[in-house]
Amino acid sequence: MKSTILQAASRYLLPILLLFSIFLLLRGHYYPGGGFVGGLVASIAFVLHSFAHGTDNTMKILRYKPLSLIPAGLGIAALSMFLPVLFGQPVMTGLWINQPLPVIGMVGTALFFDLGVYLVVVGVVLTILFTISLNTH
Amino acid sequence: MVIQNNFVLSHCGAFAAHKTRKSMLLTILSGFLASILLIPFGRYLRFERGGFMALLPALLFLYLLSYIPVIGRGEVPFEHYEWVPSLAVNLDFKMDGLSLLFSLLITGIGTLIFLYAGSYMKGQAYADRFYGFLYLFMASMLGLVLSDNILLIFIFWELTSISSFFLIGFNNTDPASRKSALTALAVTGLGGFFLLTGMILMGNIAGTNSISKLTELAAAIRADNLYPLILSLVVAGAFTKSAQFPFHFWLPGAMKAPTPVSAYLHSATMVKAGVFLLARLSPVLGDTTAWSYTLMTAGGVTMLYAAVHSLLRTDLKGILAYSTISALGVLTFLIGLGTPEALTAAVTFTVVHALYKASLFLTTGIIDHETGTRDISGLSGLRKVLLPVFFAGILSALSSAGMPLLFGFVSKDLIYEATLHAEGQFAVFFTSIMVLTNLCLVAAGFMAGIRPFTGALPPEYSGLHLPHWQMWVPPLLLAICGLFFGVLPAIAGGSIVSPAVNAMTPEETEVHLKVWHGFNTVLALSVATLAAGTGLYFLNKPGIRKLRFAERFENLSPAAFSGRITAGFTRFSSWYTNIMHNGFLRSYILKIIIFAEILLAWELLGGGPVYINFDRLSSAGIYEIVNILILILAVVLTVTTSSRLTAVVAMSVVGYGICLMFVYYSAPDLAMTQFTIDTLTVVLFVFVLFNLPPFLNVANKKIMTRDAVVALAFGSILSITALKALQEPTETTVSKFYSDFAYTLAKGKNVVNVILVDFRGFDTMFEIVVLSIAALGVYSLIKLKLRPSEKE
Repeated sequence: MKSTILQAASRYLLPILLLFSIFLLLRGHYYPGGGFVGGLVASIAFVLHSFAHGTDNTMKILRYKPLSLIPAGLGIAALSMFLPVLFGQPVMTGLWINQPLPVIGMVGTALFFDLGVYLVVVGVVLTILFTISLNTH
Repeated sequence: MVIQNNFVLSHCGAFAAHKTRKSMLLTILSGFLASILLIPFGRYLRFERGGFMALLPALLFLYLLSYIPVIGRGEVPFEHYEWVPSLAVNLDFKMDGLSLLFSLLITGIGTLIFLYAGSYMKGQAYADRFYGFLYLFMASMLGLVLSDNILLIFIFWELTSISSFFLIGFNNTDPASRKSALTALAVTGLGGFFLLTGMILMGNIAGTNSISKLTELAAAIRADNLYPLILSLVVAGAFTKSAQFPFHFWLPGAMKAPTPVSAYLHSATMVKAGVFLLARLSPVLGDTTAWSYTLMTAGGVTMLYAAVHSLLRTDLKGILAYSTISALGVLTFLIGLGTPEALTAAVTFTVVHALYKASLFLTTGIIDHETGTRDISGLSGLRKVLLPVFFAGILSALSSAGMPLLFGFVSKDLIYEATLHAEGQFAVFFTSIMVLTNLCLVAAGFMAGIRPFTGALPPEYSGLHLPHWQMWVPPLLLAICGLFFGVLPAIAGGSIVSPAVNAMTPEETEVHLKVWHGFNTVLALSVATLAAGTGLYFLNKPGIRKLRFAERFENLSPAAFSGRITAGFTRFSSWYTNIMHNGFLRSYILKIIIFAEILLAWELLGGGPVYINFDRLSSAGIYEIVNILILILAVVLTVTTSSRLTAVVAMSVVGYGICLMFVYYSAPDLAMTQFTIDTLTVVLFVFVLFNLPPFLNVANKKIMTRDAVVALAFGSILSITALKALQEPTETTVSKFYSDFAYTLAKGKNVVNVILVDFRGFDTMFEIVVLSIAALGVYSLIKLKLRPSEKE
């Protein structure tokens, strides 16, 4: 699929959509959004790019295989689950920093858990789609 | 459940004081530990002479000997550890006479078996696995005989079955070996299932799982309505394990195992687990007519049937297998008889049989190892080359025949005494079938222990020489033990037999084993058995013709019967697999949907009338109506189009239309997720479409009609379910909890997200793990590039 318009558009859409996906991830605790949908939007950003430029080029931008995002995401989610244990609290207790950080807002273990979900979703979707697409051509 | 809770409490209170010694637990655990350690370290050990593996059983044996004076003083050491107290499964160990007798047999014979295997298994690949399973077996068997909790007994019971399975199938490249292992596992596993059911019923009636307490409550259990059921279940378990008719057929097959295993598991110890269980439970379940009749019938049939069979065999291990089954029948019969005399005879015979049968198996192993054959028609004169083995063989054969001054004589006397003193008119009948059995066993013992050694040595065997001492010393030692106890039976009688008998009978029984009883009927019967058996040995020439004769009845045998069941089951499962798992996605989806339809329709039919409450429906605006029209158009297009791509696009229109409905009815989170998911699904579809062949219309009118009916039915049922959900009163406790506490507890205002990452965070964690597994599955399936040789 070689379309100049799509190629030009996706070059700008990729960062914008990624930014939007992070926006969704961060606001999830207060407004519609969250790690799952954020991860899906980020995946769509890359899928769009791969439509316009070919999956090989998208893989180059990604640098790492999407498969490696899965253990990273699972690890972050698991860490945020077990972090409270170090403070003598039960697993999965929400720990929060009292003062909101600028731009990001309130930061707590739940946010990191959501980040883990985000990474896993991106990793899973891109692994499935790109593996299939790279092996069909 | 109430009963269980009660007895958990009483249980903990009663035994809280016995927490000091840990020796029995360590005795059992050491074997498991050794077995586990062999997994990582086994490959570094040098098994050329694996005799050092005998160190652990030898140490355990010496340690267990120290219990003899303790038990002699009448003490019953007891250990209690809580394991799963809520299910009343506790690690209760009790060392009484019966446990001691069996644990000495397990470790003592075990030591010799390990020593023997060190040489026998030399050069064998996977020797570490072999020893691992053997340790596992030894430890489970020790656990079985020391347990005082019926469920614990069951666990160890199953572990012995499993280790036996692996040991029978040790030569896993041989299909016959694998088949025998499976048969053995199937039969003993089925028995284990019966046993567990019986045990649970028994525990529920008595309100305790402890055998000591069950013994106190024996009268209540015997009087219960369920007693016949419990009895048949427990007895079925014991019979499968101890190869009683009609479950005996797995034992001859189990002889596919390496000979040390046959000697250890399938003759001296494991097959006696069933007998042990009967002995252990005879104070609880015994002493009723049903008990005696069941055990004596099964034992009687087994002992006679197997004894006659053993005479027809030409394979040394076959002879020994059938005579072992016969001996197990004798033991079951004696326990069924149940008098103190019979129990004394049973205990003594257990020891006698373990000694001579293990020794005979080991000599057979040597013959097989050296000559390469076990067919007695081709073996003779081996005494000239294997003299110490000959001594072991002849001593054991004579002990099995009941020759005076050997231990077998003592036990044979006791058995005849027990049957002669049986109540009523049955005494003569019992004695005569016992004499008949023993007659055959005398001849069978001679065939296995004497025939290969007598006569002229065939020239091809003249070059044989004695194997390593690790192989011929163990059978000789066992045979000499038989001689030692035969001359001085009082030593065994006072130290081991007497406490074991007392563990089975409520009244105190003093046991005096002696060689000479004076001239009486028993002696006459013994001499007659010996003489007639010897005569039978010289007359009986087993050959191919007799074997054929026996095989003619194979079709009627339980083995053939179970074979037919197995074959039928295999046919059924392949038929079922072909129907249910044919690999076509459309077929799976169809079945799943039809099943869901049946389930939902059943629920709806029983749930009262469905009506539409128009008051609770919100009004539909122009947006909704247009949206629904688009939806309907898209559905029609999906169903009617002949292009796959059009169908996919039309499907995604349906998806987006539903998302719009979510937007209208203020579910932004849901709508957002659904939008992205739908987009990605279409992309995925398009990618996969590249791989599919061009659109093939495989469906005919009939199939399409069927699909339409199923689809319409599913849609209608779901709509009715939705209406039904509307008319139910709304339960708000849960949603109210979440909305009330989302901010105070989890500092979040978006309840949906708070549920996902906090309240139900564990669910989310498992979900992302599942997602990852799915991705890995896709990745590895597509990336997997098999060499042509690896493809099926």
